Amino acid sequence: MKKVKAKLMDADGFERTLTRMTHEIMERHENLEQLAVIGIRTRGEFIGRRIANLMADLKGAEVKFGTVDVTFYRDDFRTHLPSPEIGPTNIPFAVDNLNIILVDDVLYTGRTIRAALNTIMDFGRPAAIELAVLVDRGHRELPIKADYTGRDHPTMTNEHIHVHVKEVDQEDEVLLLEYVDG
Amino acid sequence: MGDKTISIKHLVGLEGVSRDDIRIILDTGFTFREVLERPIKKVPTLTGINVVNLFFENSTRTRISFELAEKRLSADVTSFSAAASSVKKGETLKDTVQNIHAMKMDAVVMRHPVPGAAIQLSHFVDAVVINAGDGTHEHPTQALLDMLSLQEKFGYLEGLKVGIIGDISHSRVALSNIFGLLAMGAKVTLCGPGHLIPPHVSELGVEVNGDVDEVIEWADAVNVLRIQRERMGVGLIPSVREYRSQFGISLERLSRHKKELIVLHPGPINRGVEIDSEVADSDQAIILDQVLNGVAVRMSVLFHLLKPREEMEAA
Repeated sequence: MKKVKAKLMDADGFERTLTRMTHEIMERHENLEQLAVIGIRTRGEFIGRRIANLMADLKGAEVKFGTVDVTFYRDDFRTHLPSPEIGPTNIPFAVDNLNIILVDDVLYTGRTIRAALNTIMDFGRPAAIELAVLVDRGHRELPIKADYTGRDHPTMTNEHIHVHVKEVDQEDEVLLLEYVDG
Repeated sequence: MGDKTISIKHLVGLEGVSRDDIRIILDTGFTFREVLERPIKKVPTLTGINVVNLFFENSTRTRISFELAEKRLSADVTSFSAAASSVKKGETLKDTVQNIHAMKMDAVVMRHPVPGAAIQLSHFVDAVVINAGDGTHEHPTQALLDMLSLQEKFGYLEGLKVGIIGDISHSRVALSNIFGLLAMGAKVTLCGPGHLIPPHVSELGVEVNGDVDEVIEWADAVNVLRIQRERMGVGLIPSVREYRSQFGISLERLSRHKKELIVLHPGPINRGVEIDSEVADSDQAIILDQVLNGVAVRMSVLFHLLKPREEMEAA
């Protein structure tokens, strides 16, 4: 059973965090022509799209946006972890020589990011890939680190972070859940 | 949202396969279509999984399509064909299979001249069995790729009117299409020489109409079966010319109907017999889409059948 332990971010905090992350990304990347945002399905897709839209509003220019589904690249095919519904990978631009901002909601073991990196590499050779995550909950199993982090929140292994976005969950919020017996 | 898992353990035919299972296979088929459009058309999903293709009957395109699907999923692929195998030396199916079994294969794709061979095989082995055509019985992946192509073209299958034209009695493509299309809620009319349409077939829920012009007028799409030349001159089909004049999908025949009919053909085509070159090469024929969709849908079938199941976790 899961129970909500704390609300790490409400709608305002969520919005502010995305705005700050967008500014941090743009500090390093002035040229939007060279930049593309790719969100990892499913929550990373919505967060990535919002970051891309915020950039576009600030600069008054289009920002390339794509999504990746990592199902076919997961390393746990032989284990029985439930996987989300398979969806399309849609990268409607050539990734070659672009600076790619890869976006996900929660950074945990790093395995999803590894799978997403492999997926993107099959589309071409980007100049660089950087990682932006809304929450970093620790417990890395691979040498992967975020370049832009909305919030660091070290967790226990029996805890879980739920990111809700208004596009599918009605509300923007980040919840800390705890698994309890019974 | 959740993990979508199909209920079948093997794909021996489409008879009795649920609409939900077919829907899941087709949906993932579209996802693999996208993979096939990428610069690198290969994903690592089935890394370390062994698949053997056992072809006890000649096949070029089905075998190549399965091999491509397996390779694009990064499976390890071994292929046997009848000419090169021990079958010619008198080995029985069971012995062949036990050998394959000893090699610890995860999946077996089999084409066999005997109807029911795949079902029989699925009783012998722990490996996943995929029927690539068993005699005149079923050819499920062909029907799945036909349905994927129809879904892509029309956007729906429910209520779609599909004519199947040709030698229905000897066609595993026809039987699998009948089961699959009916499961998805499509309407099916069979058309062909009367003695090549199985008696009582209408009990399955299909219509039978011997007039190809009426079927064309009714249908949204027609699946034109290959006339197997080996059946000619043995009393089943008197001559190519007679078949062509009565059932051939000619340009002249289609031009009599003021409609955009979609034409499928499982290949290989006998140009000028069951279908004219002008029709086969026209935009209304989606024969080459079927070939591409064949790889995608076979990737989907392999993916879903080889994916570990939730209940295995509990066991």
